This record gives sequence, structure tokens and C-alpha cells, in this order.
Amino acid sequence: MKPMLKYLLPLAIFMVLVGFFAVGLKLDPREVPSPLVDKPAPAFRLPVLNEAGKTFAPEDMRGKVWLLNVWASWCGACREEHPLLMEMSRSGAVPLVGLDYKDTDAEGTGVLSQAGNPYQVVVTDADGRVGIDYGVYGVPETYVIDKAGVIRYKQIGPITEESMRTKIMPLVKGLQ
Amino acid sequence: MMRKTLAAVLLVLPLLVMAEARPLGEDPAVEARLKALSTELRCLVCQNQTLSDSSAPLAEDLRREIRELIAKGMTDKEITEYLVARYGDFVRYRPPVKSQTLLLWVGPTVLLLAGLGGLWWVLRKRNSLLPDENDNENGEEA
Repeated sequence: MKPMLKYLLPLAIFMVLVGFFAVGLKLDPREVPSPLVDKPAPAFRLPVLNEAGKTFAPEDMRGKVWLLNVWASWCGACREEHPLLMEMSRSGAVPLVGLDYKDTDAEGTGVLSQAGNPYQVVVTDADGRVGIDYGVYGVPETYVIDKAGVIRYKQIGPITEESMRTKIMPLVKGLQ
Repeated sequence: MMRKTLAAVLLVLPLLVMAEARPLGEDPAVEARLKALSTELRCLVCQNQTLSDSSAPLAEDLRREIRELIAKGMTDKEITEYLVARYGDFVRYRPPVKSQTLLLWVGPTVLLLAGLGGLWWVLRKRNSLLPDENDNENGEEA
């Protein structure tokens, strides 16, 4: 029995280590869980892109389930998710609000007119203050906000077909 | 002669306009607090740097934000809580002790104790395998 243990113990320790590494490999250290999930979306009132004098606030969407998508013209990964946003906008499944983060109006407009504008409204956060309130640290980020104005989910990094199919759309459907 | 005068003028000119480099912020006390606070906070863009070390645009924005919060008269604790409310405990380099972070805090001690326990166990076993050299030492184990 004892010699058996001598061989089995290192194997057992090895298996435990493999287990830890296997889990660790699937974790993304860049994804920091947001403390804002299940909290009311921070209030703001920001100018609407290219519509002088017009502003938008999250209260304007009260009673609707909507997505707040943080993007910028300088953000490469935003282009990856752009086709998916266009598709979402065409299908009319959920209203999209864009937050043009730390960007100039001209460049933001340039990207939208070139690649298409999936947003119902685009607001501009030129100095990134609203971004701080929303805990933005890597663009793009997308927030699912429910009818009562509570953040229900935060996607860090570009939306993928998978995250759309398995997380965002089922959640939106459930909330609607 | 002409060149000498010119050189002298050029040499003296900087002395007339020289002044001490302007600090980034207005108030040195605010800067000192910002410095102390931001070495305790993590930059979320480049995660292994402190806010104080990082030159990422977000770190600059956050330093500006902290400067403004200090000017508003908030305490260091309030400012840290303000950031934790937005970015989570992850922004703190010293995570608070709570059920979620308990393993993080006691883990190293547990590992150390387990290692010492293992060492003791192995040494004791090895000792009992050794031929008796000193009767007094092995007497207890027999």
C-alpha cells in the first residue's frame, strides 16, 4: 500500500495543478467584473453628436431595454463589432445608444458616415468623464440597461457573435 | 569682438528668463496626496502598473479626477471608495479582507504551513529509516 501512495501522491498533486491551470487558462485577467452590474446606470446629460443644442440622458430611455455601446474612432476593436451592431440595428431587436468616448466630433462622424451608423442616438463624451462614471477602461464596452434604468450586463471588449447569441440577446429578450 | 559680445548675450539671456519648472498641479499638498493615493491604485489599462506610474490616457484622466476630488475636500478613503464603486476592488493594490479575498490573504500562509508540515513528515520518516546512531534520539520513536 505504501509504495502505491508514493507514486499516486505526485500524480494527485499533478492533477490538482493541471486542474488549476485549466481553469486559469479560461480566465481573462483583462475582464474585471464590474461593480456596476445590477446598479442603476449612472446619470449623465451629454450633447448629441452633430445635433447642436440637443442632449441625451439615460432617463430618456426609461421604460425601454437598451444597449449603451462605448466606442471611438480611434478604437480598432470597435470595427470588429461594428457589423454585428449594424445587424442588430437592422433587425430592430433593441435600441442602441452610442457613447463616442474621448473622440473628436469630426472623427466620430467620419467613421459613422463611412461604415454606417447603427445607433439611434450618439452622444459625445469628449473628456471621458462619463466613461469614468461607467467604469470604462477598455473600449469597446457595452452595457445592457433594463426598463428601470438598471445595468444588467456589461460586455468588456468587442461583442462577438457568440456573446450576442448566448448572453446579450437572451438577456434582452427576457427583460423585454 | 562682435562674436564675443553675442556669445555673452546668449549666455546671460537664459539667466534672465530662467525660472523653476512649473509643477504639474497648482498645489504641492494636493500633488503629494495624489502621489500617495495613486501608488495604491491600479491602472486598469496596463494592469501591473499603478495609477501613479502609468501614462495611459485613462490613468491621466483618473489622476485629473482624483485631483478634483481632493479639491472638493474628499478624504483619501472616500476617493478610494469612489473609484472602487466604478471599477471594483481590482483598482486597489491592497484588496480588502472579505470572504471573496480570504484565499488571497491566507493562501500563502496556508501553503507555507503545508510545506513545513510536509517537510516535517518527510524528515521524520527519513529519520526513522536511518540506522540507529544515537539511541537517545530514536528512543522516542521506537
